[in-house]
Amino acid sequence: MTRLAELAGSRELLANLTLRELRGRYKRSVLGWGWSLLNPLTSIAIYWLVFGVFLNVAPPTGEPSGLTSFPLFLMCGLLPWSFFQTAVEGSTETLIGNGNLIKKVYFPREILVISATASMLVTLFVELGVLILLMLIAGNMVIPWIPVLLFVVAINFVFALGLAMLVSVLNVYFRDVKHFVSLAMKILFYTVPIVYPLSLVPKHKEVAGYNIPVRQIYELNPLVPMLGFYRDVLYDLRFPDLGSLAYVIGWSAVLLWFGWWVFSRLEPRLAEEV
Amino acid sequence: MSGIAVDVVDVSKRYRLYHERNQSLKASVMRGRRARYEEFWALRDVSLQVREGTAYGLVGENGSGKSTLLKCMAKILRPDQGGITTYGKVSALLELGAGFHPELSGRENVFLNGSILGLSKKQLLSRFDEIVGFAGLEQFIDAPVKNYSSGMYVRLGFSVAINVDPDILLIDEVLAVGDAEFQRRCGDKFAELRAQGKTIVIVTHALGTVKEMCDEAALLEHGVIQTVGNATDVVDRYLGDVFAVGADAEGADAVRLPGPSIERVELLDAHGRPADGARTGDAVTLRFHFTLPTPLSAPVLVASFHTLDGLEVSRPAVPMTDLFGGAVPTAGAVDLDIARLPVLGGTYDITAAIAEGGVLHGVPDRAHALRIVVERASGTEEHGVVSLGGQWKLSARGVPT
Repeated sequence: MTRLAELAGSRELLANLTLRELRGRYKRSVLGWGWSLLNPLTSIAIYWLVFGVFLNVAPPTGEPSGLTSFPLFLMCGLLPWSFFQTAVEGSTETLIGNGNLIKKVYFPREILVISATASMLVTLFVELGVLILLMLIAGNMVIPWIPVLLFVVAINFVFALGLAMLVSVLNVYFRDVKHFVSLAMKILFYTVPIVYPLSLVPKHKEVAGYNIPVRQIYELNPLVPMLGFYRDVLYDLRFPDLGSLAYVIGWSAVLLWFGWWVFSRLEPRLAEEV
Repeated sequence: MSGIAVDVVDVSKRYRLYHERNQSLKASVMRGRRARYEEFWALRDVSLQVREGTAYGLVGENGSGKSTLLKCMAKILRPDQGGITTYGKVSALLELGAGFHPELSGRENVFLNGSILGLSKKQLLSRFDEIVGFAGLEQFIDAPVKNYSSGMYVRLGFSVAINVDPDILLIDEVLAVGDAEFQRRCGDKFAELRAQGKTIVIVTHALGTVKEMCDEAALLEHGVIQTVGNATDVVDRYLGDVFAVGADAEGADAVRLPGPSIERVELLDAHGRPADGARTGDAVTLRFHFTLPTPLSAPVLVASFHTLDGLEVSRPAVPMTDLFGGAVPTAGAVDLDIARLPVLGGTYDITAAIAEGGVLHGVPDRAHALRIVVERASGTEEHGVVSLGGQWKLSARGVPT
């Protein structure tokens, strides 16, 4: 518990390191912060073109909102996904990149991972702000749902932070964790409903005589309901399913606890290994 | 009786010396282990207490564990056994400007670095002018630090660190940065901190600094404490050890006191009068008083001229039999005339010993070293250690027609 107290005492450092990440990210680039919008917008444009236009994936109709728009549907999944992906993938470099600091100054090391994840969170907020604006233009009255959205973002943050803690410290000891993570992210991207709706995933599939409950297995992945929450709140305008919510909160809590536990086990020799 | 500021109890720290290090999973799995390594103890059962309000020096050769001990005090490394308790706020100056972000401005970095070192925004705001003023960077504070010279970078780092207002300041070899002017200001700042009753722990090779600044010191060797006590005594013991190691290695440990030794070193001015200082370019004489109770066949007098940081400027030596034209008396003096003292302004220590056949006899006792202060000759602009003695003039080709 002393660790938590120490962490609480370092709030200001956390804020400053987060600011450093944010300020440093787009320094000396002409577009500056424009990049943090241009990047997701480009992805959205290209996925829309390929999946929405070429492959003609039909966007689901929002229930009860009645909204039908592929790009908006896409954004609801893609924005939280890219937060998750950049936070976890980026964290593999966090401790090594700050090796000099770790070797020379004492402060609770978790701060580095938390601040890196928090800086991604700021980007997510900016993007969600744009999405909310677009939703309003499209006639979706999302404003009353913003408190629920914030709650969902908080769960998403805890989930991502737990994994980020885990992979950041593991990558110091095994440098190929980084490559493993980026590979896993590629697989994950297509096994969660971002560029296609969940309804396209078959409920059952016959494989070699066995009836495989594909959808059930698919939905075990906590990211599936997690991204679903964003769609519930922003696209469909309904409250997320409480069972799924409990499932994802459970996952997030376990991940955070486990990530933290591994981190504090490996942290003492960090200054030697980094 | 003042209290204890840092209490080190039976601290041991083990490092791993990797023979092969499998940082990839594949290699680990193939070889069935992550790494093959030997363990080696960088610190072994180290116990010491630093009293509140004192300056404490940690000395020892490279690899003796002194920096490891300091990092353990700073909580950067965690001891494998034993424990360290610090009473009060600790600030460590291990590397200046660690954590500066090159793309951010000096101003942004002051706030960032300050908060890494544990200052609140309020404290930083109130000390900001002082920090920038101390570093002498008022004009450049809004420029990105990547455009700073290394001197500016270090000065800003030092200035932030020193303004953290710690109760205990841990310093590792960072005193030897910046130009003479900045060094002087650092010295003043340390004196000020000491006057305020702060505790300072220093790891350094600059033994002069330890003698001058520290009350107590500990000598570490291979991770074990050899001597603890009064700073001057510990430094002398250390220097004695360093020179003795050379002698012992040659199997000359039998030649100890009463052996040949340099009793005293004197500085004389151009008129042969004793002086305690000189100017660059002066004619001076160094007089070495020696005793040689047992005759040696080919004694060589070796003098060493070095800066307080331990940089050896010169090591003149002379075969004494050549000088005396035969047998060397049991006691006497030899002079080294220097027509133009080539060192620039600064403080220098001169020690000497008598050697024979590559073996040093008689430990050059620091208590008998001569410390001289050299002043820069007026009207010259030359910085560093040695004067080149050059003359500036117009180049024949450079004169416009």
